[in-house]
Amino acid sequence: MEIVRSQRSRTNTPNDSVSTLPLYRYAPQLEVRLEDFEVFAMDRLRVLKGISDALARGKRPEEMENLVRDLWKANMRHPEASEDVNKDIISHFVLRLVYCRTEDLRKWFLSMETALYRYRFLLGSSEAKRALMEEFDLPCKAISRTEFENAKEKLEQVARSFDQPLPTADAIFYKVPFEEVPELVAGRRVYIHKGHAYVAMHQVVSLVVTQFRSNLSKALILTNRKWTSTIREQERDRLTPIVEALSMSYLGPDYSQTKEFGEISIKDLDQLARSSFPLCMRHLFDKLREDHHLKHGGRMQLGLFLKGVGLRMEDALAFWKAEFSQKVGAERFDKEYAYSIRHNYGKEGKRTDYTPYSCQKIISSTPGVGDHHGCPYRHFSEENLRAALGRMGVGSRAMEDVVDKVRNRHYQLACTLTFEAVHSSSCDAGINHPNQYFSDSHKILQPKNNNAA
Amino acid sequence: MTKEESKNGSDDMLIDGPKQGNVIPDGFNPNYLKVYYGRLFPHADIFKWMSYGNDGRHPACDKSYFGRREFSFTLDNDIYLRFQSFNSESELENSIKEKCPSKIDIGPVYSVDPAKRHAYAQGGDNVFAPVERELIFDIDITDYDDVRYCCSGADVCLECWPLMTVAIKVIDTALRDDFGFDHILWVYSGRRGVHCWVCDGKARRLTNEQRGAIADYFRVYKGNENSNKKVSFPGPLHPFLVRSYTEVLREFFEEKLLLSQNLFSTEERYEKILSMIPDESVTSELRGKWQENRRSSNSKEDINFFRWEQLKNTLQSGKQKVQGLRRCVEEIVFAFTYPRLDMEVSKHRNHLLKAPFCVHPKTGRVCIPIDPKDCEELDPTTVPTLSELLRELNTGDSRMDVDNATLTLPMFFLVAEWEKTSLGKSIRFFRSSFLQPLLKSCKEEMESGYKAKIQQTKNSLSW
Repeated sequence: MEIVRSQRSRTNTPNDSVSTLPLYRYAPQLEVRLEDFEVFAMDRLRVLKGISDALARGKRPEEMENLVRDLWKANMRHPEASEDVNKDIISHFVLRLVYCRTEDLRKWFLSMETALYRYRFLLGSSEAKRALMEEFDLPCKAISRTEFENAKEKLEQVARSFDQPLPTADAIFYKVPFEEVPELVAGRRVYIHKGHAYVAMHQVVSLVVTQFRSNLSKALILTNRKWTSTIREQERDRLTPIVEALSMSYLGPDYSQTKEFGEISIKDLDQLARSSFPLCMRHLFDKLREDHHLKHGGRMQLGLFLKGVGLRMEDALAFWKAEFSQKVGAERFDKEYAYSIRHNYGKEGKRTDYTPYSCQKIISSTPGVGDHHGCPYRHFSEENLRAALGRMGVGSRAMEDVVDKVRNRHYQLACTLTFEAVHSSSCDAGINHPNQYFSDSHKILQPKNNNAA
Repeated sequence: MTKEESKNGSDDMLIDGPKQGNVIPDGFNPNYLKVYYGRLFPHADIFKWMSYGNDGRHPACDKSYFGRREFSFTLDNDIYLRFQSFNSESELENSIKEKCPSKIDIGPVYSVDPAKRHAYAQGGDNVFAPVERELIFDIDITDYDDVRYCCSGADVCLECWPLMTVAIKVIDTALRDDFGFDHILWVYSGRRGVHCWVCDGKARRLTNEQRGAIADYFRVYKGNENSNKKVSFPGPLHPFLVRSYTEVLREFFEEKLLLSQNLFSTEERYEKILSMIPDESVTSELRGKWQENRRSSNSKEDINFFRWEQLKNTLQSGKQKVQGLRRCVEEIVFAFTYPRLDMEVSKHRNHLLKAPFCVHPKTGRVCIPIDPKDCEELDPTTVPTLSELLRELNTGDSRMDVDNATLTLPMFFLVAEWEKTSLGKSIRFFRSSFLQPLLKSCKEEMESGYKAKIQQTKNSLSW
């Protein structure tokens, strides 16, 4: 794959309308624009992250199939329809570079790409499935008529045990070594005889997915080697920064511009903190009220959040001053702390308008002694978390669900469940940003004031 | 006897005693072990087995293979030595004789000699990790405590031991017919269970995921103290379960277990079975019948049969509109008789398992192989014990069965020691039924693998 700057891309690959699910065996012989390199990858990443969230929320296979179809449609279409396949392949290979670099990244990427492949395979036509089976060079063979007749009774028993329609006379079954389809064996979903499993057409996905996963796993290791040995250094000024940024990217709105629901005034803050702040911000807010002080990490996290919520700079200065002067005095506040607030609003220094922190960023921060920032779902002890959630009004059943998510390290899902419990309404998109929590909460609690949908 | 004393007490002291009035008291004794390892334990056979043909001269032999196998020894005072490895038969034999472990466990074959494991990282490419391991199963009768009334805990008797026999039949048939495995060794665990070693090459190379899949294929019982119904069949049964039921379980339940465990004879016992039926009208109907029937019962045996028939009729009669009830009968039979495996043992390649021919420290019984085709013959109460074997050695009691011929005196001294004891039968069985066919197949595999390897193809994967 050649990366070029600002040139129109040309393709050599023919458009195969039957099997649009690529095998990703080799990097394509294409020229790719640098912008496309990044954009394609981010679009695919949105799909993978959508899948990741849905899986963690325990979505059923039928729901997953629909979700994947929607996500793919929403993100992976190219303005020129014939370019769809190329975008698919290019984005996959770019993300291989991004996600080959550590064991954790590889594991995540492998899981998500495998899930994506599984559902895209299932969404394909029978014709497409059959064609792909052949491409994959799987250790399976379609059984003959005689074999079918001999095994028919057993195959029917299996079908009945899962309330499936009985196999018809022309049904296709594949004979496969049982170790190739562990999930089917584990669930007793296939008839096994002398080491071979008899796999029905609709189950064939298991085979394909196992192969896909195995191939990709090996490829990622090789990619990592190549990356560390040559590519990273070679592309130091061009691709490497893009690749390194991609794995950390947050892909939602950035909340740096205040929303239409208007400005928030200081007197609203206490009430809003109780009703609409996510736990991380509520904790910081409460601590600020209690101690009249916050350390740097907390000031940044809460301060930027409040900016995103709609607190004007003048009000922010007044708010922080009112608190801090109770501890350090008004003069010291003006001297030591006011500057950084102005800095956050882009009125000082290089005048960058800083964006409020996303969940990803907050979760990965490391609060130390005396700090109150970071993600409480991650850092609070279970006891403290339960107490805090209780104060927010989370009921006992929801609390168990939240704690369960925390134990499995799904902190954002825990926050989402908290949101749902507190607002008695579902949050399908999941919480990715504290300001999103706030704006969603606001939308629910103040329907009269809601101008934008 | 203290450790110092036992060191001084040599074999001779025990064995050269008077031939009459053989004073070897029963029970387990570390001194006995020394004699056992010195004269009876089949070191060479274990070595041959664990080598899987790699101790030969074929160019395809992997000389490092045996040395990469982990053994672990449990010594007196529960000192546990892991990651023992040996490079030859004599190293293995000498170490066992010297250390005299009360238990020998066999672990996997690792990527490198376990003794050198610290030189290798846990992650990345150069790892110390299992590469081969037999597919193993561990069935323990204590897992059946909720369905046996004769014994509990570590006790075993002839009433409940048949549960193990049934487990062997079900699993063995599935391993051969369904999974296509041939080289399967069943071993009595010495007290209250059985172990299974599947030694085909394919089995040894299975990943943890694949082992887990096989274990799940065998899994039927899914419960804990909180659920009444631990076996549940939402739909018609898979062919494997059908076969197990029609060929083994139903007959065993109806003709043996019902009686031996008196499953319906008391209210407490029949209530347990009634709790597995999720339909109030059925259970109250049956309960009504049984509470009044108590008066008119003839003999104890009849009651169990009689009530089981009543239960089946009620459940399977046309009256039952509820689909779920039709399989209740099977659910009950499976709940009592279907094998209960320890999933963790089978799923992880690095799990250690006791070696065959060890002696169980609590019972003194030897872990002898079991012939799956003849497993009803195994009586756990008559399995040879360590002290019995030593007595046999002493008296030179010829329990020899070599081709049913009588041996003349000179030949007597050329025969292996174990032939003079009841261990002989077990070792002969181990060799002829298991070891020899296994080694033959290993040789064939090695030869064909070698030919294939000669025509290597380069594997090219671009990024």
